[in-house]
Amino acid sequence: MDIFKIIDQFQKIDGDAAGRLEYASRRLFMNKFGSKLAAAAIPTAFAAVVNKAFAQSAAAVDVLNYALTLEYLEDEFYKAGNAAANLIPASDKAIFTQIGKHETQHVAFLVKALGTKAIAKPTFDFQYGGAFGDVFTNYKTFVTVSSALEDTGVRAYKGQAGALIADPQILEYALQVHSVEARHAAVARRLAATLLGNAAMKGWITGKEGAVAAIYAGEDNMTQGGVNIKGLASKTDAAITEAFDEPLTKEAVLAIAGPFIKK
Amino acid sequence: MNKHTETKKTHGKGEGEITSVFNRRLFLRSAGLATSLGTIVIAAGCNDDDDDPMIPGTGDTVDLGSGDIGVLNYAYALEQLEAAFYTQVVATPYAGITDAEKAILTDIRDHEIIHRDFFKAALGDKAIKGLTPNFSGIDFTKKDAVLGAAKLFEDTGVAAYNGAGKLLKDPNYLLLAGKIVSVEARHAAVIRDLIKPKSTDFAGDDIIDANGMDKAVAPADILSAVKGYVKETVTGANVGK
Repeated sequence: MDIFKIIDQFQKIDGDAAGRLEYASRRLFMNKFGSKLAAAAIPTAFAAVVNKAFAQSAAAVDVLNYALTLEYLEDEFYKAGNAAANLIPASDKAIFTQIGKHETQHVAFLVKALGTKAIAKPTFDFQYGGAFGDVFTNYKTFVTVSSALEDTGVRAYKGQAGALIADPQILEYALQVHSVEARHAAVARRLAATLLGNAAMKGWITGKEGAVAAIYAGEDNMTQGGVNIKGLASKTDAAITEAFDEPLTKEAVLAIAGPFIKK
Repeated sequence: MNKHTETKKTHGKGEGEITSVFNRRLFLRSAGLATSLGTIVIAAGCNDDDDDPMIPGTGDTVDLGSGDIGVLNYAYALEQLEAAFYTQVVATPYAGITDAEKAILTDIRDHEIIHRDFFKAALGDKAIKGLTPNFSGIDFTKKDAVLGAAKLFEDTGVAAYNGAGKLLKDPNYLLLAGKIVSVEARHAAVIRDLIKPKSTDFAGDDIIDANGMDKAVAPADILSAVKGYVKETVTGANVGK
């Protein structure tokens, strides 16, 4: 095993890794572990340093595990949906295969970033206690849930940005995932709008418009930067609410996601 | 696990209570008052909407400033470009535009105008001047040219906000940037889907990396990428510093 290669790879992911590893420079690291420990022990010891380096603050670990919970949920949802026979029409396969691919990548990234601190994958109930009983047999329900999960994901990441302000590199990763969830959400919403015959539902969120009402509370907010911007640029309330997506607290998101999680 | 489905109201007192339409002057006045509440609003004063009459439209250098103000001016500059672009798109629709396409492009125009005017009001007298766009390279009569440029602007906007987030010191500004960037990402996905419907392009492998992540690009690189679309020279060496 080539420890330097791993450090190099790690630095490719996290350009600031060397700086964060200052308390355990390569030299120190090798002195401490390389010469004295059996080769088999090195991966564990190294993983500990990586975790320390990557998700150094307790706040960041919490946020990343929270994100991982939601990404596990999305990943499992699309794996099941993409595998279900006669669910997704051929015309829309490419879209959900691409979304599913990203969720799998997000899980892999977060698991790697968290190392031993990563939570285990929960067991999910995508029927949401029966509310979405035909989620993997009725395409309309599947797309409804997809749009809801993606919009919730966007709101969830946005709600955590402030908690990561002291961890700039992790904040940047979170933002890079956040905008991908928003891309997914826009396309899922447009599919849902067509399937549900709801012309008021667009790729962006007008007021509180969405396929599952419970998750859009607060999206109709008109107060930005402490100012009610009603009438700004002589635009309609609809346009103003569309122009700003709103965050959700962790508590609100977990209340929404709760029924999806068996244990 | 908490099972109840109530969600906490996270926003403002009196939301929805104010029904009167603020005209611009009133809005700006209330924006100025809001400073004492520690909100985004930085400047107590308001300028006229007019561009600085002493500055001719072309060939000037505009510096975005430093720190968080620099980041907000950076966003304001990009929103100015986007708003001007879509204003032109809607004013002179390309040949063969469908009603659905026109509705989407009009929505996006309105969002970008709202973003632009929001930053202008929030920055007050710290705002850079109105920039002069240069869209001479874009053939507004052709669908491919217009949607291609729209895709570029939206993807660039997303990458710019993603790269600017970590430069912000104030969590309130960070949240605001977060509220806007996901709307830009929605635009990007919808525009890309108009270009290649039902394909993987809405979040294509050309823009999303192997970790499933969008781009995050530093201001210097963004400014260099868009400089052909602005007549002024925009400098941002101290943005976020």
